[in-house]
Formats: sequence, C-alpha cells, structure tokens
Amino acid sequence: MKKLKINNSQQKNRSQKLIVYSLLFTAYCILLTACNDKRTPQLQYMPDMYESVPYNTDGEIGLKGNPVNSKPVAGTIPRGGHAAYDIADTNEGYEKAKSGLKNPFDVTEKNLEVGKKMYTIYCISCHGKKGDGNGYLSQADKFAGIPNYKDRDITEGSIYHVLIHGKNLMGSHSSQLTYKERWQVVQYVEVLRADLLK
Amino acid sequence: MKSVALHNRQITLFLKSFTFLLIFAFSLSSYSQDVDEARQKEGKKLFKSLCASCHKLDRKLIGPALGGVEGRRENDWLKAWIKNNAELRASGDAEAVAIFEEYKGANMSAFPQLSDKNIDDILYYTTVGEIKKEVVATEGVPAQSSGSSSPEWIIYILAAAIIIAFLMIASLLKQVNELKGIKKAPSQSNLKRDLQELWEGLKQNTFLKVLTTLFLLLVGAYIFFGTLFKVGVDEGYQPIQPIVFSHKIHAGDNKIDCQYCHSSAKHSKHSGIPSVNVCMNCHKSISEVAENTVVELEDGVVLGKAQLDKEIAKVYKAAGWDKENLEYTGIEKPIKWVRIHNLPDFVYFNHSQHVTVQGVKCQKCHGPVEEMEEMYQHSPLTMGWCIDCHRETKVDLKGNEYYAKIHEELAHKYGVEKVTAAQLGGIECGKCHY
Repeated sequence: MKKLKINNSQQKNRSQKLIVYSLLFTAYCILLTACNDKRTPQLQYMPDMYESVPYNTDGEIGLKGNPVNSKPVAGTIPRGGHAAYDIADTNEGYEKAKSGLKNPFDVTEKNLEVGKKMYTIYCISCHGKKGDGNGYLSQADKFAGIPNYKDRDITEGSIYHVLIHGKNLMGSHSSQLTYKERWQVVQYVEVLRADLLK
Repeated sequence: MKSVALHNRQITLFLKSFTFLLIFAFSLSSYSQDVDEARQKEGKKLFKSLCASCHKLDRKLIGPALGGVEGRRENDWLKAWIKNNAELRASGDAEAVAIFEEYKGANMSAFPQLSDKNIDDILYYTTVGEIKKEVVATEGVPAQSSGSSSPEWIIYILAAAIIIAFLMIASLLKQVNELKGIKKAPSQSNLKRDLQELWEGLKQNTFLKVLTTLFLLLVGAYIFFGTLFKVGVDEGYQPIQPIVFSHKIHAGDNKIDCQYCHSSAKHSKHSGIPSVNVCMNCHKSISEVAENTVVELEDGVVLGKAQLDKEIAKVYKAAGWDKENLEYTGIEKPIKWVRIHNLPDFVYFNHSQHVTVQGVKCQKCHGPVEEMEEMYQHSPLTMGWCIDCHRETKVDLKGNEYYAKIHEELAHKYGVEKVTAAQLGGIECGKCHY
C-alpha cells in the first residue's frame, strides 16, 4: 500500500516536471526568436549553408593565415585586361604622362555617356557638375581649394595620371574605376573643360 | 600697526592693477585688434580657392602651415615664391631650395595671375586668421554615454529583486508552517480552493474542455510556426560595428553617391565593403568632424564631437596614417566590419544585374540608408520577398538587341506591353538556385 502511494506521487512529480520543462522550452524558443534584440543575428538552420565553405576573398583567415586576395605577381596582366599603369607618382612622372600619355579610346557618344555617369558618382561631390570646383562638399565648406578645370593646364594624360595617383588632397580613384571607365571619365572632363573655357 | 595696514593696501592695489592689466592684455589679444574685415574676407576667399587644397593655417597639410607666415619670411620673398616658385628656386635662392627639399619636392603651382595686392590680402588673412565671433555658448550636446539606457536596466534589476524577494518570503512562510507543524492540505487559501473548484468544474464540462484544448493548440501552433518562420530571417538586424560609421552623415548630409564607396556594385556580384583607401580619399584632409555633429545610436547613446573624432582616428589606425606627419607608416590593421546582409550560399544574387542593368535604386532593397545613423537590414531577404518584386517589376530592355526578339515574342505571348522579370524567367528555380 505504502509503495503504491510512493509510485503515485513519483508519477505526479514526473508529469509536473514534464510540464515545467515543456514550458521552459517554449519560453526558450520564444526568447531565441521573438524577443531577439537587434544586435544579435537570428538562429540559423544549418549554418553551413549560410557561411561559405570556400575561402572568402575578404575572409579574415585565408590560406595558412595569409589573406587569399593578396597582390598579383608584378607584371601580371589579367586575361583581356591591360598592363598596370607604370608611370611613377612623381613630378617627372606627371610631366611624362602630361606630354606622352594618350587616350586609347575614341571619343564617342556612348563613351561620353558612361563618362558622365561615372563623373556623377565619383567626381561631382568636389569638382561640381560643371567642373568648376564648386561641388556640394565645396559649398558645404568640407573641402576647400578645389580648382576650376579651366584654371589648370591639363591634358588627357595628366588627367588620367591624377585619377590614378591622386594629387595634393585628391586621393587615388583607380580602385573604384576600371581601365576603360577611367578614360571615359577623362573624355568627359575634357568636354567640361572645353565648355568652361568657352 | 599703521605700516602693516599700508602694506596691505599696497598689496591689494598691486593685485587690483595686476588683474586689470591681465584682463586688458587678454581682451587685447582676443578681439580688440582692429581687423580690416573687408581685406580679411578678400584674402580668405582667395586662400580658400587657391591655397587651401595644400595649406591650412594651423597645421601642416601637403605644404607647411601658413598661420603667421609673415613673421617668418620677408614679404618680397613670399611674393616671388607665390608668383613662381620654380623660377625662384632656379635662381639659386637657398631658402627656396631648402623648403622645397623639406617637403620632398612637392611641386607648388605657380600663381602668376595674382597681383601684389591679392598676395598681400592672402598674407593678411594668414596673419589675422579667422575673425572670432562672440562665442554663444553652444557647447554642442553634452555626450551622455548611457543616458536613456539606464532606466531599462533599473527595471530589469527591480523585477529580478521583486521575484527574489517573493521567493524568499514564500520559502520563509513554508518553513514557518513546517516548524509550526501545520499540515499543508487542510488549510488551503481561498484562492487555491476556488481554482480547484474551477478545475473540477472544467473537467466535468466536455464543451469547455474541447474549447480550451482547441484554443491552447491554436496558440501553441501560432507560437511554434511564428518561431520557425523567423529562423534565418534577419530583418532589422543591426549589429554594433567596430567604427561608428553614420550613413546619414555620409550619404545623407554630404550627398555622397552610394557607389562612390560601394564601387563594385556596378560590375560584380557583391556591392563590396570599401577598403580603407577609399575612406582616406576624403579623410586624409577631414580629421575632425564639424563642431556640432551628433550621432545618436540605437541604444540612446549620443556621441558628440570628442567621441566621433576618435572614430576617425580608428580609420587612421586601420590605414596606418600618421596624422601629425601626414604620411603612411605602413602598419595597417584592417577593420573587421560585421556583415549584416548575408544570403545563404544556395542562392545566387548579383548586384550588377540589378544596379547596372536594371537600374534598381539601392534604397529599394536596403531602405532609407541615407537616414540611418546605424546600418540595419531593411528587407527580410526571403524568397517570397524576391519573387514579389520580380512579379511586379517591368524589365528595362531598351537598347539591348540581344533580348529584343525574345522580348517581342514574350510580350506577344503574355499579351502585355512590357514583360516583368517573372515572365522573363525571373521565378524559375534554376535562375537563382543551382
């Protein structure tokens, strides 16, 4: 009789435990997702499908501790690409580019259109819509001393050189534009300058 | 006695005159100087347009700091140098060659177009500097490091304290009862007895029983599926980034194009996180935020100028830029940005296809980024969300001869003028999953 009673109470205990655990589990589930704060990502189902198995080019840990997107060997030319710009960032280099470097692309409407598009993204903030150095950042007094294209004695070669290396406070914009786009921008800048000189 | 008093008087007199002198001197140096405002303005205008790309008044930039340069050099020398520094150097002027060498041969442009008066105006500006306006006490918003986030904590702590107190009281009562030797069963409280009666009644009423079971099942299912459908959907995810970068300041206030920094969006699958050299295109010269810049973070933390300048310093550290000497040290430390948008590997998505080909605005998927102080994921990035957009977006095929014929046939087939992305195959499984 006594034994039966104990069994009974044990069973009762067990069912109570079950209820408590299931409640806790539900609360846990809700906490994981519903009350998720913005600072932590959601639970992922099978994270190996979210995180790339191959090495990410910008991955923190590359091959044997070295980043995988390291610089190519000097002199490498990408397939269908062009040799790297090799005129040095010096005063002599500037003069050399100014007199010797020529635009390999013809001035066409399409090239100018792309040039304008790129100019509007990458140059307009400082140099302004017309190239007079009166861009938004200049108006807002964030940048000062941006020259008017007409005040500078520039050629297609020198524009390209400055786009690649930057000059004075202007930084290099070569990483943001492709080879062709750079020359298209140069074409558009020359058109702007001609308009300003009129 | 008298002498002592005299002595005291002398001292007070001396002190008074001294303070008077001090105040006088101070006021003299600060704003009682007669500044020819018109000249200063003219000089400032010229300085801003011609010199400021390489010179600042108070610190070195590409060239030396020019504040008070008149005190260091002869006026004639300065004029000769500004008009044509190359000529001056060629003439063998030792000072000119020395300064040229000191700045590693940085070529200063010649300014033959400036008249002597122009140059004098510029020099006048470098000497008097900015005209200080009466400082109206606008110290900016005092940065509170944890202003409104503290009450939340207090609430949590209070709640925890109440629960603990409650538990303690309960256990105490239990112990007291046990000590008194009172058995639990007979003396139940009214509430407990009522509940028990309710429970007994419920057990006997079949209709109520079914109703409650159904209700509980439905609530359970709602919670369960709600939980499941949130798995892997990071809408609103807003992690803390290593640098407090405000898209609002850059893309909103300063109107910089999204693609200026995310330049790979136009040609590649990824929009790309800009490398630090892109930051340095502007931050080489902008080492401090403007006076009243304030960034308010999601947690209610408000950052003022002092903190934000430290954030720019972090960029310098990453780029290995020596702010004082204005050169790269070569010791770089890449910034570990926390990724927000992440499509799983089993989905193919290409930014260039959307940005360059179709011309979709970045904001369509990423939301009002130009208003975000802190970046967050605006869209759920679920498949249903992709497909919704593909169903209603008309494809722009203008000027694409390759697709002209296909488009014509499809438009005929569906009887529409312009084909949507879905009709062009934008909801085929294999288009994105392969």
